[in-house]
Amino acid sequence: MLVLEDVHTHYGKIEALHGVSVEVKKGEIVSLIGANGAGKTTLLMTVCGNPQASSGRIFLEGREITREPTAQIMRSGIAIVPEGRRIFSGLTVEENLHMGGFFNTKSEIRKSQEHVYELFPRLKEREHQRAGTMSGGEQQMLAIGRALMSRPDMIILDEPSLGLAPLIIKQIFEIIGHLREEGITVFLVEQNAHQALNLADRGYVLETGKIRLHDTGKNLLENPDVQNAYLGG
Amino acid sequence: MAANNFRHALFCAIITLIISYPIIGFNLEAQGINVMLTGADTGTVVMVLLAAVMVFLFQLFREQIMGALRSVPNPLPQSSKEPMAENRRAKIESWVLTGIVILALFWPFFVSRGSVDLATLVLIYVMLALGLNVVVGLAGLLDLGYVAFYAVGAYTFALLSQYTGISFWLALPIGALLAALFGLVLGFPVLRLRGDYLAIVTLGFGEIIRILLNNWTTLTGGPNGIGGIPDPTLFGMEFGRRVKEEGNTSFHETFGIAYSGEHKVIFLYLIALVLAVFTALVIRRFMRMPVGRAWEALREDEIAARSLGLSRTAVKLSAFTIGAFFAGFAGTVFASKQGFISPESFVFLESAIILAIVVLGGMGSQIGVVLAAIAVTILPELAREFSEYRMLIFGAAMVLMMVWRPQGLMPMRRIHIELKKQE
Repeated sequence: MLVLEDVHTHYGKIEALHGVSVEVKKGEIVSLIGANGAGKTTLLMTVCGNPQASSGRIFLEGREITREPTAQIMRSGIAIVPEGRRIFSGLTVEENLHMGGFFNTKSEIRKSQEHVYELFPRLKEREHQRAGTMSGGEQQMLAIGRALMSRPDMIILDEPSLGLAPLIIKQIFEIIGHLREEGITVFLVEQNAHQALNLADRGYVLETGKIRLHDTGKNLLENPDVQNAYLGG
Repeated sequence: MAANNFRHALFCAIITLIISYPIIGFNLEAQGINVMLTGADTGTVVMVLLAAVMVFLFQLFREQIMGALRSVPNPLPQSSKEPMAENRRAKIESWVLTGIVILALFWPFFVSRGSVDLATLVLIYVMLALGLNVVVGLAGLLDLGYVAFYAVGAYTFALLSQYTGISFWLALPIGALLAALFGLVLGFPVLRLRGDYLAIVTLGFGEIIRILLNNWTTLTGGPNGIGGIPDPTLFGMEFGRRVKEEGNTSFHETFGIAYSGEHKVIFLYLIALVLAVFTALVIRRFMRMPVGRAWEALREDEIAARSLGLSRTAVKLSAFTIGAFFAGFAGTVFASKQGFISPESFVFLESAIILAIVVLGGMGSQIGVVLAAIAVTILPELAREFSEYRMLIFGAAMVLMMVWRPQGLMPMRRIHIELKKQE
């Protein structure tokens, strides 16, 4: 579904990704773990075309998107939940959701809105509240809901557990598992390696801009190097 | 703490003396060919000293004074009573607004010519403020050169009428479209800028337009301006005593009534009213359309908006273009009302006043912006006796607003869009 082939990304003269190859297959949950500054977010941003890869190729469903503008990539069946949620805090919950379905028809929006409220009954309660007044967990739910509004085939989550209480994190990961059952491909980027690998079919370990390890989620969890570096021994 | 306060107050008082004494306390007087420096009379010196004492006392008891200010009941409480049901309020609101517009239609026939003239000016500012509200209030792009588009509209009409003898009604769409084109052209280079940087570039753009108009003497007449801009006509009827253009008739002869200079003033007022209402309705429509939400989304969080597939270019350019379009509208009406325009009318202060209207009214709120436009235009006219202190009063009003109501007169309410009826 999503294929990165030897992708290099530069910020000015500094190379942040040194030839990364990742593949996410249809219906999978793939986790990408790595320490701060390893280039996880850069990798996601490169997929979205901001910044564009300086060399290498990126394919989405067989179509090359390496040089496409961000707006066009984001309209082709892929949705991202950005790091730090980035909801529109001045808009109401409902309006936030409608922004997610910006390019859909009204009846499609209505259907996906109902679907999102089924997944997150909490959002239904807060429908007309300004999004910025909600708790962090609710905002994260809204960010995921907003991404689902465009009915994507694939969803990318950038650190969905960032700054949330353990109980909320558990809920969020349950929802992510549920998304797979609905046939949505999930690409999950996390620092919370234990939960991310537990859920994932396959996992990648990114270190200073390079893929160090690549295996099934289970094998990575049991890998002594991974345990030492990311799971606290 | 007390000693610290005292030191601070003393410092402020000395600063007051240092700043005000050289400015107020000395006079330059021409004696023959020489300029003499003379000290001011004792009265002025006493005033300066008194001012310093006042600053000293205020700074010394600052906490108490500010505390007292805060305990003054808010004249416009925000949530004193339960809000009405959303749809009922919307219904009442639309009735009240329709009523006000109808009243405004008949109002000019009962008041003096001067008030109608002033009301026309108010309506021009309403148009300008509503247009800027799209750029600043909704899209969150701080534009300090908005007056440039106003100038483009006004000069389009003035120049076209001078060189081709175009009529007001033809110039109105041309002026607005040309202003919109300028908005588009300015939009491109500033797409990547945000906040302060955007403000500086737009400020520069506003000045470029003004200086261009001032110096391109062969085309625009430079500081002498352009005069003899025709008045609008009503289906080929002119409002002057004598018909100026071949083929036109005059209004008072057609209807067989006595000539009166007031007809023209009232007609202009009505045009401005219709255009202002048109502006408000069109922008209101935009606000409810997806593009309106896209403006707001971009203001709230640019990265998130882009992650949803919105094109930053399209959204920002549309805001700039639509804002500029209505400034062009207002400019054309202004040129026709004044009959004479010069670069003097399009200085930075105008941009600042329009921006102040938007901020005072409440960013994004249409009713608030209209109220603020009325207040900011009319108050200086009412307080003509204090005209020397106009900017002082204006500044004080701004400060008080920021203390009591930082969100503006009428903060923007979220427009509630219902997709389905709830059980």
